[in-house]
Amino acid sequence: MGIVFWKELADHFSSRRFMILLALIVLIGLWATYAAGQAIRQDTEGSPAQYVFLFLLTSGTATVFSLATFLGFFGPLVGITLGFDSISGEYARGTLSRVLSQPIYRDSLLNGKFFAGLATVAILWASILLLVIGLGITMLGFPPNAEELWRMLFFTLVGVFYVGFWLALAMLFSLLFQRTVTAALASMAVWLFMTLFVIIISQGVASVIVPDASTPEQLAHRADVENVISRISPSTLFSESVSILLNPAARVFGIALRSQAEGILPTPLALHQSLNLVWPHITTLFALVAVCFGISYIIFMRAEIRA
Amino acid sequence: MSAVVATQNLTKRYHEVLAVNALNLTVEEGEVFGFLGPNGAGKTTTILMLLGLTEPTSGKVSVCGFSPTSEPLEVKRRVGYLPENPGFYEDLSAKENLLYMARLNRIPEDEARRRTTDVLDQVGLSEDGRRLVREYSRGMKQRLGIAEVLIKNPVAIILDEPTLGIDPDGAIRILEMIKILNRERGLTVMLSSHQLQQVQQICSRVGIIVKGRLIVQGHMDELGRAILKERQWNFLLEVGGSANALENDLRSIHGIDELEKRDHGVFLRCTRDVRPDVLSLLAHKNLPLLQLRSEDPTLEEIYLKYFREA
Repeated sequence: MGIVFWKELADHFSSRRFMILLALIVLIGLWATYAAGQAIRQDTEGSPAQYVFLFLLTSGTATVFSLATFLGFFGPLVGITLGFDSISGEYARGTLSRVLSQPIYRDSLLNGKFFAGLATVAILWASILLLVIGLGITMLGFPPNAEELWRMLFFTLVGVFYVGFWLALAMLFSLLFQRTVTAALASMAVWLFMTLFVIIISQGVASVIVPDASTPEQLAHRADVENVISRISPSTLFSESVSILLNPAARVFGIALRSQAEGILPTPLALHQSLNLVWPHITTLFALVAVCFGISYIIFMRAEIRA
Repeated sequence: MSAVVATQNLTKRYHEVLAVNALNLTVEEGEVFGFLGPNGAGKTTTILMLLGLTEPTSGKVSVCGFSPTSEPLEVKRRVGYLPENPGFYEDLSAKENLLYMARLNRIPEDEARRRTTDVLDQVGLSEDGRRLVREYSRGMKQRLGIAEVLIKNPVAIILDEPTLGIDPDGAIRILEMIKILNRERGLTVMLSSHQLQQVQQICSRVGIIVKGRLIVQGHMDELGRAILKERQWNFLLEVGGSANALENDLRSIHGIDELEKRDHGVFLRCTRDVRPDVLSLLAHKNLPLLQLRSEDPTLEEIYLKYFREA
C-alpha cells in the first residue's frame, strides 16, 4: 500500500489539477480572512471577541463568505477532483490491468489511492489554516491561544473526514462508471443534491409534518424536523459541527425556545463539551466514509479487470 | 518438463454467452505457445482467468502450480503479463514506469534500478529511458511493456496480442526478442494472436480457440500432418500454351482427385505423388513446363480450415 500511496501523492502534488485547486483555495482563503480581519479591526466600538482567531474563520461580511462556509462549499469539490478518475483513469489509460497483474492485493491499490487523496486534503486544509493564522497575527498583532489552536485542529479533522467522504464517493463512482466523465458528473450531481436540494426537501417535508407553525413551540418543532432530515447530507453535518467547534458560545443546533434558553449562562463551552455536542456528527461522517469505502471494496475485489 | 499452465474444463459465462467453454489447455515449461483464434474467440478472457483478473465460472486453473483464484499473488509473482494495448503513466518517464512496477514487486531499490537499466537495454530502449512515455511510439510502448514484464524476473510470460497494430518491421523485432528470451533465459512464453504468419515463425506449439472452444492443440508439424492425412499431395502446375486441352488428360491420371483453375495454372489435389506421371504426360504432349510445385498447407490453411469447421 505504501508504494501506491507515495506514487499517488507525488502524482497529486505534481498535477496541474492540484495546482489550480491550491491557487483557487489560497486566493479565496486569503481574501475571506482579510475581509474578516478588516471588519474586526474597524469594529473599535464593540468589545473584542474572546476568540478572535475563530471569529476570523467564521465571520462573513456582506460581500464575502466566511472561510468556514467557503470550505464547506468547496471542500467536496476538492474531494471529487482528487477522486473522480482514480480508478476509471487507470482503466482509460490501460494501466489498471498492468498494475493488478503485479503481486499486490487489490485493496492496497484502493487504500493507497484513498489515503494519498486524504493526505493531500489534510495538507491543503492545514496549510490554509496556517495561512489564516499567519495573516491573522500580522493583522491583529497577537497570536492565537491554545484553546483556539485545539479547536482549529478538530476543525481540520472534521474537514478531512468531510472531504474524505466526497473523495470516497468519487472513488466509488470511478469504480462504478468506467468513463471518467460519467464518474465526475455523478459525483457533482450528488454534491448538488446534498448541498442544495436537501435543504429544499427538508423544508418541504417539515412543513408537511408540522403544517401549522403559528406558535413558537410549533415553529421550533418544525425547525427540529428540518434539521433532522437535512442531516442526511454530509454538508449539514459538517456545517453544524463547525458551527459548534468554531464558536465556543454555541450550545444548540437550530432554534432554542426562550423557556429552554432561560438560565443558561452565556459562558463559552469548554472544548470537550463542544466536542460532546458534535460527536454524533463526526461519527456519522466517519461512518459515511466507511460505507462508501466498503461498497468500493465489495465491487472492486471481484471485478473483472479487462483493459 | 512440467506444465506451467494447465486448465481443466475451464469455463467462463457472461450471462447467456459462453465466452470460454470447457477449455483444456496445457503450456509446458520452456516452450513458446501460440494461443490462436479470431477476435472474440475467448483468448483474452482465458488469459484473464489465468492471472486471476477475472474468476472462472467453473473448471480448474493452475499456473506454476498455484490457483489464480485463491493464490493470485503467488501466480503474479512468477508470471509476467502484457495486456493487449498496454497503457503507461504518460507523465512519467519509461524508467519511472519500470521502477514503479519494480517497487510493486517489492524489489529492493538498488536492484530495481539495476534491473531497469538491464531490461531497457534488452528491449533496445536504453537511449530513450529518460523520455516521457507520452512521446513513445506504439512499437516503443510495446517494447517497454515487454521490458516491464521482464523486470520481475518471471518464470513465464503471457503476452496478449503482442504484435497488434505494429508495423511489420516492429512486429518482427518483437517476435525475435521473444524468441531470444525463450532460448536464452528458458522463459516459457504464451502469446495470443490472430496473426498467423507471424506467430508461425516462433511458436513451438499452438492451440486454436474458436467461439470459446479449444479446437486443436499440438505441435506445428502435428497440426500440419493432421491435415495432410486427408489431402496428402497438393501441387500447382503451370504450363506454357493452352492448358485447357490438358485438363482431360490430367483427369485420366490415377490419383488426381480434383482440378482447380487458378490464375496461373491448375491446382491439383491428389491422393499420391503424381509428379512423374504429370511430367511424362507433358513430355508426351510436348508442352513446356513453367512450374510444378508442391503446395503444403501453411498454418494459415490449417487455421482457416478449423475456423470454417467451427
